[in-house]
Amino acid sequence: MSELKSNIPEGPLADKWTNHKNNIRLVNPANKRLIDVIVVGTGLAGGSAAATLAELGYNVKAFCFQDSPRRAHSIAAQGGINAAKNYQGDGDSVYRLFYDTIKGGDYRSREANVYRLAEVSANIIDQCVAQGVPFAREYGGLLDNRSFGGVQVSRTFYAKGQTGQQLLLGAYSAMSRQIGRGKIKMYNRHEMLDIVKIDGKARGIIARDLITGEIERHSAHAVVIATGGYGNVFFLSTNAMGSNVTAAWKVHKRGAHFANPCFTQIHPTCIPVSGDHQSKLTLMSESLRNDGRIWVPGKKEDAEAIRNGKLKPTDIKEEDRDYYLERRYPAFGNLVPRDVASRAAKERCDAGYGVNKTGEAVYLDFSSAIMRYGKEKAITEGLGNISESKIKELGKKVVEAKYGNLFQMYEKIVDQNPYETPMMIYPAVHYTMGGLWVDYNLMTTIPGCYAAGEANFSDHGANRLGASALMQGLADGYFVLPYTIGDYLADDIRTGPISTDLPEFEQVENEVKDRLNKLINNKGTHTVDYFHKKLGKIMWDKVGMARNERGLKEAIEEIKALRKEFWENVLVPGDLNEFNPELEKAGRVADFMELGELMALDALERNESCGGHFREESQSEEGEAMRKDDIYAYVSSWEFNGDASGFSLHKENLNFENVELKTRSYK
Amino acid sequence: MSKAFEMFSSSIGRKFVMSLTGLFLITYLVIHLAINLLSLVDAHLFNEASHFMGTNWFIQAMQYVLALGFIFHIVQGIALARSNAKARPQKYALDKPSTNSSFSSRSMIITGLLVLLFLVLHLRDYFWELKFDDMNGHATDFDLVVALFANPLYTGLYVFSFIMLGIHLNHGFQSAFQSVGVNHPKYTPGIKKFGVIYCVIVSAGFSLIALVHYFNSL
Amino acid sequence: MNLTLKIWRQKNTTSQGKMVEYKVNNISEDMSFLEMMDILNEELIVKGDDPIAFDHDCREGICGMCSLYINGEAHGPDRGITTCQLHMRKFKDGDTIYIEPWRAKAFPVIKDLVVDRTSFERIMASGGFISVNTSGNTQDANNIPIPKDDADEAFDAATCIGCGACVATCKNSSAMLFVSAKVSQLALLPQGKLERERRVLNMVDQMDKEGFGNCTNTGACEVECPKGISLSNIARMNREYLRASLVKKD
Repeated sequence: MSELKSNIPEGPLADKWTNHKNNIRLVNPANKRLIDVIVVGTGLAGGSAAATLAELGYNVKAFCFQDSPRRAHSIAAQGGINAAKNYQGDGDSVYRLFYDTIKGGDYRSREANVYRLAEVSANIIDQCVAQGVPFAREYGGLLDNRSFGGVQVSRTFYAKGQTGQQLLLGAYSAMSRQIGRGKIKMYNRHEMLDIVKIDGKARGIIARDLITGEIERHSAHAVVIATGGYGNVFFLSTNAMGSNVTAAWKVHKRGAHFANPCFTQIHPTCIPVSGDHQSKLTLMSESLRNDGRIWVPGKKEDAEAIRNGKLKPTDIKEEDRDYYLERRYPAFGNLVPRDVASRAAKERCDAGYGVNKTGEAVYLDFSSAIMRYGKEKAITEGLGNISESKIKELGKKVVEAKYGNLFQMYEKIVDQNPYETPMMIYPAVHYTMGGLWVDYNLMTTIPGCYAAGEANFSDHGANRLGASALMQGLADGYFVLPYTIGDYLADDIRTGPISTDLPEFEQVENEVKDRLNKLINNKGTHTVDYFHKKLGKIMWDKVGMARNERGLKEAIEEIKALRKEFWENVLVPGDLNEFNPELEKAGRVADFMELGELMALDALERNESCGGHFREESQSEEGEAMRKDDIYAYVSSWEFNGDASGFSLHKENLNFENVELKTRSYK
Repeated sequence: MSKAFEMFSSSIGRKFVMSLTGLFLITYLVIHLAINLLSLVDAHLFNEASHFMGTNWFIQAMQYVLALGFIFHIVQGIALARSNAKARPQKYALDKPSTNSSFSSRSMIITGLLVLLFLVLHLRDYFWELKFDDMNGHATDFDLVVALFANPLYTGLYVFSFIMLGIHLNHGFQSAFQSVGVNHPKYTPGIKKFGVIYCVIVSAGFSLIALVHYFNSL
Repeated sequence: MNLTLKIWRQKNTTSQGKMVEYKVNNISEDMSFLEMMDILNEELIVKGDDPIAFDHDCREGICGMCSLYINGEAHGPDRGITTCQLHMRKFKDGDTIYIEPWRAKAFPVIKDLVVDRTSFERIMASGGFISVNTSGNTQDANNIPIPKDDADEAFDAATCIGCGACVATCKNSSAMLFVSAKVSQLALLPQGKLERERRVLNMVDQMDKEGFGNCTNTGACEVECPKGISLSNIARMNREYLRASLVKKD
């Protein structure tokens, strides 16, 4: 394999994207009609890409495994979307957003990509407002902003706690318009199971109609993978039940590099696990950290009493509480980036200060916010001296207006009233920064195969800042990919339709069918979930929030053994030719079993702590993460060499010409 | 159908028809009740009013409009109920509609059909007799009313029908406003309250007339 | 707790279905309803039976995929939630629970409890959008101030998750709440006003073609809607439709 070419344009950082756009080739409107593009996944990245490509005139075939594009898991994003609009006049700028993102990512992302992201962020807001996305507004009619973890300006646009939903519905409505015009052919309840290459170029996919079970061939001149992240490798995560790595993994196995697979974001504010029956974890928006204070009891005996039900959190006096984030990181306090907050919670719980039955929970407390807002409200309403309970009443209303739906969600799940008693939270797997390696044009190492959104590795380095995922997904789909793909497709204007009768299609289809038949005919003794849970436990214990050499080596061996057992012993009911959710799951878990190994391998190789990746061998005396820029300032890009020989590592060195690499300090 | 009337064949258009005819009938009921109440006050007055209604040219013309209102409301209502039933070919094994909607809102077609049956009887006994027959040999309209309500079964049937009408109106009144798009946080609660008062007055008013005449006959 | 479940089983769209009884034991009240279903399915698979197919995805009440009619109510006995947010603490030991798919002609059953809601997709494609292309050159987002009340009301309508509970619960299988939520959202915003007539006429027309029943204002949809979409949206759609019918030129 040749050297990785990132294709970053020449010139000063701020001009790169503009220069690039001015110089890449275009496809004229008449020729766009002759070109087909497959988009797999219809979340923010896939949905916006499909809509925009169709608007430009390409024939788009879009695929999603849900019954509607609107159900992609982008819909669950709560907090908001960043944009360098500086509407609040608090000193924000494109450069500052770029700087915060690259610093937040612990200097493991490309300067040029991140700068472009910051540059187009403002356009995203304009575009979404034009589409009718109902962002939160001030009484004056202008857009409202809030601040989010890890930054010191208010640049986050939001729609209550449902920003992802509103943005996705915006992209979905743009898609709907193109579906109505016939420019997007929508394949709902279809799952991509492999990619087809012809002469080395991506020319189509093999997909399964999930209703009939039929295996179908679809051809195109380019394939876009926008299938999200792979957090479900941990079994428990905040991802949707169906979120999976299959499309990305198949592409990887056909030659696309997989970059930084070990970079996983563990989100600090999720509802803790309640028992073995748990099927998924629920996120409580990071925006809650704007007003909630995180604490555990300062005394171990108090923590123990709480765990045993002898004390209630409200019984603990103010001076006996340890607001550990405020204590350790006075400058950022509760608003430190996610990786820092998560590790700090784990540190306290491991030390014996956890507050639920399992000892794996900390408090997120709104009582001071309620009083603070109550007092403000009393002043603005000119109520003078009023009682404490009245102030509390007023404050609750303010908090309800801001976070009402989140509080309600918490109450439904935990059966406790968070207005009266602090919420319990614990970190959970949330987002994967790693993904398919892409160049500046978002093309993978397979020509004609693109990756967008969470499915690629590009913009977040080793840690993603809050409200940046929505920004990246839409930036890729609306503003980057539709430009850059033209440069590649300009060669295809005379190619004509790609036939699905070519032997390459037949061969891949047969491989897909063989694999599915193998799963169905195995008739083992354990269900798919049994294996998935086992895999998840290995991943969480040994490739989770803190990793070390011994654990990672064990994990690799354990995953290999589990994978072997899976293929010998998995039990998949039903038939190939019917609606069969267990078969779908089996295929996805089989791919997770392979990915898990690569994640451990990548984590083992990277003997430094950066962002979400924490190697116990690489920490300061106070337990803070230590980066090793002289050795590891590169992107780990893994190539698959076949089932027998495993993976080989390629390094894309990261050159920082515009920012100085500093130790991330939030103290 | 001409383009101008195209909308009336759509789902919402048909709702408009139900709503507008419903509101028209609601208004008509007020007039009807007012005149009937005169029969409790004074026989002569009632006969006068009855005569006026039977001869005034405007009222006579409105009679046809009224008939059309009834016909549209009934035909459309039955047609809608049929097509609505077809929209769910397989019913639920267990359904608990009472947890989310009122009895009156769910039984419009039943109460409506019962009121229709009553209407047939009512037209036969009054409208037909007054207009085209010999009033069963009674001298005045008032006498006809008194004679009919002397029958306890007949009175019971009327009261029952008025209760059905009340239930029908209870949902119908507020529903008519919603259908034409009148829904406002400030005014809708008032409309709903007024609707309840209205249907109680209509239902109780007509029933009262029947009962008073019946007890007078004892 | 131990429970008796009566669940609709149907092999595919064309086959006949029926209610089948199952028992589940040792269910914790902290489980979600779908986690209880997971446990039943695990047991069925190990026994060699066909597991029960049901739609679900995000399991946090936002994707709109889950869709069960539980004990005679859409999304079960609790209010303001989807099936995936329903927890077993809402039931008692020894309860019998009926579990059925959404019932509507426009939502044919695919298998067991899974229904086909693509009729909603076609309604959306007929007009549920604002016709702006992606350019990056639309005017600055703050150039059109929108009164906060209008923005909030549009947001409330826009929170519809398209789950279909409104259709499932309506005695007429009417889709008016779903359609009106989108019509309302876009009619309330200045960006959406430009094509309001086309939008409402096309969407209502498509809705009628899909075989949904008509609205008789029972209000059941509003009560059962997991997102609390208001009936006032239907009134607004009626107004929009009336207005559009009167002013359209062809």
